[in-house]
Amino acid sequence: MKLIEFRNVSKRFGRQVVLDRISLQVNEGESLVIIGASGSGKSVMLKHMVGLLCPDSGEVSFDGHRIDQLSERELDELRINFGFLFQQGALFDSMSVEENVAFPLVEHTKKPPQEISRLVDEKLRMVGLPHVRKKMPAELSGGQRKRVALARAIAMSPRAILYDEPTTGLDPIRSDVINELILKLKHELNVTSVVVTHDMHSAFKVADRIVMLHEAHIIFDGTADELRSSDNPVIQRFVSGRAGDEELAGLRE
Amino acid sequence: MPLSIAERVGSRTLGIIEQFGEFFVFTARTFRWLVSAGWMPKNLRLLLPQFYEIGVRSVPVVAVTGAFIGMVMAVETYNQFASIGQQNRLGSIINLSVVKQIGPVLAAVMLAGRVGCALAAELGTMNVTEQLDALRVMGSDPIRFLVVPRFVACVLLTPVLTAYSDLLGILGGWFISVFVSNIPNHMYWYYSTHGGVDTWQIMEGIVKAFFFGGAIGLISCFKGFNSGAGASGVGRACTESFVNSFLAIIILNFIFAQISQDMYTAIYGIRSIFS
Repeated sequence: MKLIEFRNVSKRFGRQVVLDRISLQVNEGESLVIIGASGSGKSVMLKHMVGLLCPDSGEVSFDGHRIDQLSERELDELRINFGFLFQQGALFDSMSVEENVAFPLVEHTKKPPQEISRLVDEKLRMVGLPHVRKKMPAELSGGQRKRVALARAIAMSPRAILYDEPTTGLDPIRSDVINELILKLKHELNVTSVVVTHDMHSAFKVADRIVMLHEAHIIFDGTADELRSSDNPVIQRFVSGRAGDEELAGLRE
Repeated sequence: MPLSIAERVGSRTLGIIEQFGEFFVFTARTFRWLVSAGWMPKNLRLLLPQFYEIGVRSVPVVAVTGAFIGMVMAVETYNQFASIGQQNRLGSIINLSVVKQIGPVLAAVMLAGRVGCALAAELGTMNVTEQLDALRVMGSDPIRFLVVPRFVACVLLTPVLTAYSDLLGILGGWFISVFVSNIPNHMYWYYSTHGGVDTWQIMEGIVKAFFFGGAIGLISCFKGFNSGAGASGVGRACTESFVNSFLAIIILNFIFAQISQDMYTAIYGIRSIFS
């Protein structure tokens, strides 16, 4: 069953076309990875899924209902279905870890403080950080910040978790911890995951399905094995991390 | 080239109109949240930290500004009044100026600098680090969560701080006039209240402070929400927040002066401090 759907979605910023008549379905329970070069519109796609951006044309739907025409208040209700992990975590730096994770629970539920505290403990244990609840975000490492942000993203038990470059800026070990966490959350919470990344190791590890964006279009939609065996030179260069003549032209002048 | 200049002027004009439009929408959304949810307990609890940050922490700077302005007024006006033998009436001009104009305007300008820039920097940093987007994706409108409490704190506390600034200004002027310029204490206060300051003048200063506070809160939050990327974007948001707040204060002050003068004259007639 499809949970998120794009129908002919186009988006431009100024004169730059970022998405050009993109159509895509994300099925319930699946892990979709969106890959593509920096600036190819991956994060823009992710932001359309939660209504942070509106398409210039086309339709975006969640669970069969169009969301691209909703008001900000209607979107607030819809967004409770999503967890969103931002590239740098986007933790509220004036709040402690505990307050950050409790934030959506305090805002959207009438649970008593003891219950909220128990849930905060539970979520922090799920991301492997039960001992940091009194710390401030500035006291955490980059990897810890992302894991706390993930604990906050799952606080409301969302139906879908959207990850915006979850391993960017982390060393390979910390990156692998995040990848394992994505898999763990998928299996334990049975959530739909959409991961935006250009880290191919991460993509191959967590993906049920991979979509590649290039020059505002989807140029690949399939499994990790199909991606590896693709004979499209753009895909091959991206997967193997080799710059082409076009990218290197500037260095040779 | 004339077309290019016309294009540039047109584009800049459209940009300014667009900014005004966005500010209007931002203001309307703030008021809508204020009316529909501002009274809810979960929103009221957001007010206390802002009262502390905007109100309590502004007391020293507003107090010092107010006191020294009163003292400077006394120093600068004494010779002129003494030259026509009217130095005993110094209290009327000092206190009138302080409560009607200088106290409210300077307190508001100090707040635009201290509070407005801090708000623009805080919200601008939250914008560039995606914390505002994080609020949105968690289903919490940042205008309700961040702007409404800051706006309310600015509106409610600017008059209080203005009253405090007025008090210190009056005491500063009194100190110099009585203890340095040797004006008799009873004469100083007699002329301050007879033909000088009355309830209308005090209320004029206090009432416009509500509007100054509202302008500072809205402009600073708007600039923070719309800051450009990076440190330079946040820096520019702070500068624009101060400059625009300052302009708003000056323009609002003129409007209030005109309205108040017309109303006062219509009700009480022209009143001279030399009567």
